[in-house]
Amino acid sequence: MKTTQTGWLGRFPWHIAVFLAPAVLIYTLFMIYPLLDSIRLSFFTADDSGAISYAGFANYVTILGDPEWRASFLNALYNNLVFFLVHMLVQNPVGLLLAALLSLPRLRLRSTYRTLIFMPTMLSVVIIGFVWQLILSPLWGISETLLYYVGLVDWFEPWLGQENTALVTLSLISVWQFVGIPMILIYAALLLIPEDLTEAAEIDGANHWHIFWHIKLPLILPTIAMVSILTFIANFNAFDLIYAVKGALAGPNFSTDIMGTLFYRTFFGFQLQLGSPTMGATVATLMFLVILVGVLFYLFGVQRRLRRYAM
Amino acid sequence: MSMQKMRKPLGAAGVHAILGAYTVLALWPIFLVIANSFKERKAIFRDPLALPTIDSFSLIGFEKVLGKSSFGLYLFNSLSVTLITLAIVLLIGAMAAWALSEYKFKGNTLLSIYMAIGIMVPIRLGSVSILQLIVDLDLTNTRTALVLVYVAQSLPLAIFILSEFMRQIPGDLKEAARCDGISEYGIFFHIILPLVRPAIATVGVFTMVPIWNDLWFPLILAPSPETATITLGVQQFIGQYVTDWNSVLASLTMAILPVLIIYLIFSRQLIRGITSGAVK
Repeated sequence: MKTTQTGWLGRFPWHIAVFLAPAVLIYTLFMIYPLLDSIRLSFFTADDSGAISYAGFANYVTILGDPEWRASFLNALYNNLVFFLVHMLVQNPVGLLLAALLSLPRLRLRSTYRTLIFMPTMLSVVIIGFVWQLILSPLWGISETLLYYVGLVDWFEPWLGQENTALVTLSLISVWQFVGIPMILIYAALLLIPEDLTEAAEIDGANHWHIFWHIKLPLILPTIAMVSILTFIANFNAFDLIYAVKGALAGPNFSTDIMGTLFYRTFFGFQLQLGSPTMGATVATLMFLVILVGVLFYLFGVQRRLRRYAM
Repeated sequence: MSMQKMRKPLGAAGVHAILGAYTVLALWPIFLVIANSFKERKAIFRDPLALPTIDSFSLIGFEKVLGKSSFGLYLFNSLSVTLITLAIVLLIGAMAAWALSEYKFKGNTLLSIYMAIGIMVPIRLGSVSILQLIVDLDLTNTRTALVLVYVAQSLPLAIFILSEFMRQIPGDLKEAARCDGISEYGIFFHIILPLVRPAIATVGVFTMVPIWNDLWFPLILAPSPETATITLGVQQFIGQYVTDWNSVLASLTMAILPVLIIYLIFSRQLIRGITSGAVK
C-alpha cells in the first residue's frame, strides 16, 4: 500500500513528515544552512567592532588581486593540485594493482592480505602523521638505517624538512594510509563481474593478464572514475595531516600549504595577521567552487560517457 | 581456473610476493611505534628495529602519559561522541530512509537529491557559520556541539545506504502487516528496524571512523581540555612533549591499540559491509 491509495489529497500524511522531520531538520540546520551562510558571508566584510556590512566581491578581489593574498592562494591551490596528482598517480594505480591481485581466483590468504593492507586506513590521519614523522626523523635514524641495509644510505635526506621534498613526502604518507580505499572499492567492483564473462575468455585461451586488461578493466572504469572523484574531494578538503605534521603554518616556508590549511589560517589568524570569518568564508567558498568544478566534470564529462560504454 | 594457469605475467609466488611485500609496508611503521613504546629511552635510539627485551623493556612512557594527560577522559569523550552520534544517525537516518524509499509523495526525488548533497560537499566548508551557530546556541566546548555536527555530517551517506538496503526488503512483509491493521509507525519500528540490522555494520563504518579520527571539529568547536577527543588530545599532548620520545611513542600506541583491536575483531563484517552494499 502506498499513501496515494489512502488518498493523501484527503488527509495530510503525518507519518511521512514525522519520519523525515528529525533528519531533515538537523541536516538542514547544521549542514545546508552553514554552507549557504558561508557563501553569504563571503560577500560581507567585518569592521574592527565585528559588525559586518555588505561588500560585494571585495573579498574575492582581495584574494585574487592583492599580490600577497594571490601568491598564497595560488601557492595553496598549486600545492593541493600536486597533493591530488600524487594520489592519482600512486594511490589509485597501486590500489588497482592490489585489488586485481586480491580478486584472482583461488588466492590463498586473500582475506588476511585484505584485512592487513586496509588497516592503516582505519587509523587517524593525525596518528599516522606522527608515526611517519618519527620514522623519517633524522634524530631517530630508522630510515637511514634501513637505507644503509640496502646500500642506499647516501640517498637519505630529511624529506619532511626540506622545501622541495616536504609536500611530496606528505602526499606519499597520505597515499600510504589511504591506498586501502581504492583497493577495497575496486575489489568490490571486480567481485561483481559475472564469471561467465571471464570463463568464456579462459576457454578461448586468454590468460589473466588479458582477461584483466580487456574484460575486467573496461567494466570497472565507472568505479575507477568514482574513486578518482572521491580522491579529488577528499584531497581538496584535506587538513589534518598537514596540520599535525607541519602545524597551521604548513612549513617550511608554506611549501606544504594546501587549501585546508590556508582556510584555517585565514579564519583563525596566525602570527601577526588577525583571523577573519568573512575572509575565511571566502576561502571556503573558493574551495567549494574548486570541488564543484571537479564534481560537475565527473557527473557530466566522465560518468555519462562511461555509462554509455558500459554494456 | 587455477593459479598455475596464470603463469604468463606472474605466478602464484609472484602474486604472494607482491601482496606480502605490500602488507609488510603497510604494517611495519605501526609495528615499529608499538614495539618501541615498550622500550627504555636508550634502547629506542640504540637499536630501534629490535623488539623489547627483558633488559630494554620499560613502561615509563605509559606512566608519564597517564600521569601528565587526561588520556582516560579523551578516550571517554571520543567514545561517547562517536557512539551517541551513531545511535542518532541510525535511528533518524533509518526513519528518513524509510520515508524516502517506501512512500510516494510529491517532492520525494527532490528531497532525496537534497539529502544526498552532503555526500559530495564536505561539511567543513561551512565551518565559519557552524562555529557562529554553535556560539549562538551557547554550545562551544560541549560534546553536544560535536554530536550535532557529526550527525549532520553522517546522515547523507547513512540515508543513502539504508534506502538502498530497505528497497531490498520484500513487499509481502509490509503488506501483510498493513492488512493486519498495524500502523505505519508500528511497521517501521517492529518490522523494518529489526530487519535493517545487517546494514548497521556498513553504516557504522562510514559513520564512526571519520568521527573517531576527526581533528577539525574538535579543534574549532570543542578544544577545551574537558571536551578534547582522543585525536585532538594526542595531537596537543605530542605538541607539548615532542622531545620526550617515551611519551610520544606511548601516547601513539595508546591511540592506535584500541582501534586496532576493534578493527581486528570486526574486520570481517566491516569489509563485507563495504564491499557488499554501499558503493558499487
